Amino acid sequence: MSREVEEMNRRLLRARDAMDRAYAEPLNVPAVAAVAHLSEAHFIRCFRAAFGETPHRYLQRRRVERSMFLLRETERSVTDICFDVGFTSRGTFSRMFREIVGEAPSDYREGHGPMVAPNCFQLWAMRPRMAAGPATQSSSFGDDGAAAAP
Amino acid sequence: MITKLNVTSIMVLDKDEALDFYVNKLGLEKGQDVKQGSYRWLTVRVPGDATEISLEEPGSPIHDEATAAQIRELITKGALGGLVFKADDIRGLYETLKSRGVTDFTQEPTDHFYGTDMGIRDPFGNAIRILQQGKVANKARA
Repeated sequence: MSREVEEMNRRLLRARDAMDRAYAEPLNVPAVAAVAHLSEAHFIRCFRAAFGETPHRYLQRRRVERSMFLLRETERSVTDICFDVGFTSRGTFSRMFREIVGEAPSDYREGHGPMVAPNCFQLWAMRPRMAAGPATQSSSFGDDGAAAAP
Repeated sequence: MITKLNVTSIMVLDKDEALDFYVNKLGLEKGQDVKQGSYRWLTVRVPGDATEISLEEPGSPIHDEATAAQIRELITKGALGGLVFKADDIRGLYETLKSRGVTDFTQEPTDHFYGTDMGIRDPFGNAIRILQQGKVANKARA
């Protein structure tokens, strides 16, 4: 029993790494599920059970983290950053950013300068937790529900 | 006063498989390998460095089985930390690792203001980061 869980975790982690490598590209769930040797629906369920959120939500927070990095460290426009990290609409990006970070992208940039922590620590530690409470969370990916995790 | 970091450790699922990865793939050298009762004291080292990296397996005699199962779950989720190394030729190392069969790259060699780093995972899920400090000469990138 334990061995199966460990092997499943390892495959899910491998799939999660694949998502992180291609975070700016459109999420291809069947392809990522295939990395874990799972069907799409099973992959989404197992990913959430292991990591506390759906693949879609994980990727959203990764993209927002990368946009936070670019806002702090570069002069690129908010619109350019939006597309750099894989969002396809400025409106969606701003709404998602505000929902997750708690302020607008331009306000975040205003309040933060470049960080000196190495890249690996930023990737590891800077992914934002949900700033908004449960009442204001919304999801277009069908992962809402009483048990929705941030 | 403390003068050195003597031993650090990493949790692995299998000491033999870990030894094969860290020595034959990553290029570390074997340190200690001694049986003490039912416990195998097994370490690896960066060649030329004195700090031992102990390869620890959850389970008897150290952990009860319930605890060991918890730890193994966490290892395979990549939640138990890892190791961070420096290298003298990160792009060369990248090619060497690929030729040795390493496939779990979390990040290909990437330039930053402080140097070039890359990320891999060991067979069990632990994160390995490797950094080459300073400006790294490289081919033109797309």
